[in-house]
Amino acid sequence: MKPAPFEYYAPTTVEEALSLLTEHGYDAKVLAGGQSLVPMMNFRLVQPSILVDLNNIPDLAYIKPDDGGGLHLGAMTRHHQVEISPLVEERSPLIHSAMPKIAYPQIRSRGTFGGSISHADPSAELPSLCVALDGKFRLRNQKGERWVPASEFFIGLFTTVLEPDELLVEAALPPMPARSGWSLMEVARRPHDFALIGVAAFVTLDEKGLCEQARLVFISAGESPMVAHKAAETLKGQAPSPEVMQEAAEVASSEEIDPSSDIHATADFRRHLAKVLTRRALERAFQRAAGTE
Amino acid sequence: MERTMQNLFDLEVTVNGIRHAHAVEPRTLLSDFLRHDLGLTGTHVGCEHGVCGACTILLDGEAVRSCLMFAIQAQGHEITTVEGLGTIDHLHPVQEAFHEAHGLQCGFCTPGILTTVVPFLKQNPDPSEEEIREAISGNLCRCTGYQHIVDAVKLTAEKMKMES
Repeated sequence: MKPAPFEYYAPTTVEEALSLLTEHGYDAKVLAGGQSLVPMMNFRLVQPSILVDLNNIPDLAYIKPDDGGGLHLGAMTRHHQVEISPLVEERSPLIHSAMPKIAYPQIRSRGTFGGSISHADPSAELPSLCVALDGKFRLRNQKGERWVPASEFFIGLFTTVLEPDELLVEAALPPMPARSGWSLMEVARRPHDFALIGVAAFVTLDEKGLCEQARLVFISAGESPMVAHKAAETLKGQAPSPEVMQEAAEVASSEEIDPSSDIHATADFRRHLAKVLTRRALERAFQRAAGTE
Repeated sequence: MERTMQNLFDLEVTVNGIRHAHAVEPRTLLSDFLRHDLGLTGTHVGCEHGVCGACTILLDGEAVRSCLMFAIQAQGHEITTVEGLGTIDHLHPVQEAFHEAHGLQCGFCTPGILTTVVPFLKQNPDPSEEEIREAISGNLCRCTGYQHIVDAVKLTAEKMKMES
């Protein structure tokens, strides 16, 4: 199959792109790296009448530190750039460790951070990781901008709070708190495929070594990044023992995710994997937080 | 980039060192442009959704899927296809190595693998076997079982070291 015809615009500034989105709104699709949108167009699963291509806006590709120890990534920063960035490795080791898991080298040369976030595929890593890291996104339209926390950005299958005239221009990740640890665990039939199920764990210990905060966010476990609030609650204030982690894994996998069955795995099998991976991910994250890795 | 009637764009792009000017529809995939407009049929089209890797080309030296780009997006960029790697008389070391190590059987996936391996070995001239397998993880081969491809990549690395 080949894409259906469309009108093509290649703005060279963000302002120009926003003006096109204001004008064409509902009919327009934004083309970032194209590694998800173009396959969907090739299959004619989507047939946008207008494409606004961001690839000629160099201002949208950057990785910048902020004074507080956080990180800012421009929407058009390619996965490969994130993968090889020493700054990302230092300030956001969870993102750094995840990058090689995202598709294949050829896809990472082209795919973008902001594109993956805006596409909101529940089986993609970056949306769930941004939720786990308590990141936020800067959305702009012609009238101004707003910051939306990652936890409020994804509202369903391939659906976000982005309005038709808005563009996600930046992702911001806060600094890693002291005594924090992380882990990303996935099961995929082949390395780099979409995960059958995956979980990102982010934990912080207090000065006594008790769990101060925990976030568990699942990949391929529902219609958007699935956050296990109850499981996280069971961890708070507890010493990270195997029993406590097992309990959190039970709660998360049985009550808080909503995986579906497909040709690759049944929902039950996905729940089973979720339980095992959650326990392992928590073990690893708490080890990192305690510096005993 | 001039827009003409019938929604055609004048595309200027350098392919294998030669400048081309062509009128293209925005929806023309780069892979189809290379094959149909320029006659460079070395770039193969397998799945057309970014999984098989047969259509891999070099865009400004980086390996990308040509089926996941519109030709118009190559405006002003430099493209290298498998035809641009070497010549019949002077094969690229990667081509020599795949020939010598039997890194192909039917050859359908080969152009995509060669264009993937070239930038990989530039970045990582002395790769481990695991790194090689990672590097070609986005290229499907249904004949070889990959072992000879991995051997061929190792041999390429040796040849390129000898050359430099």
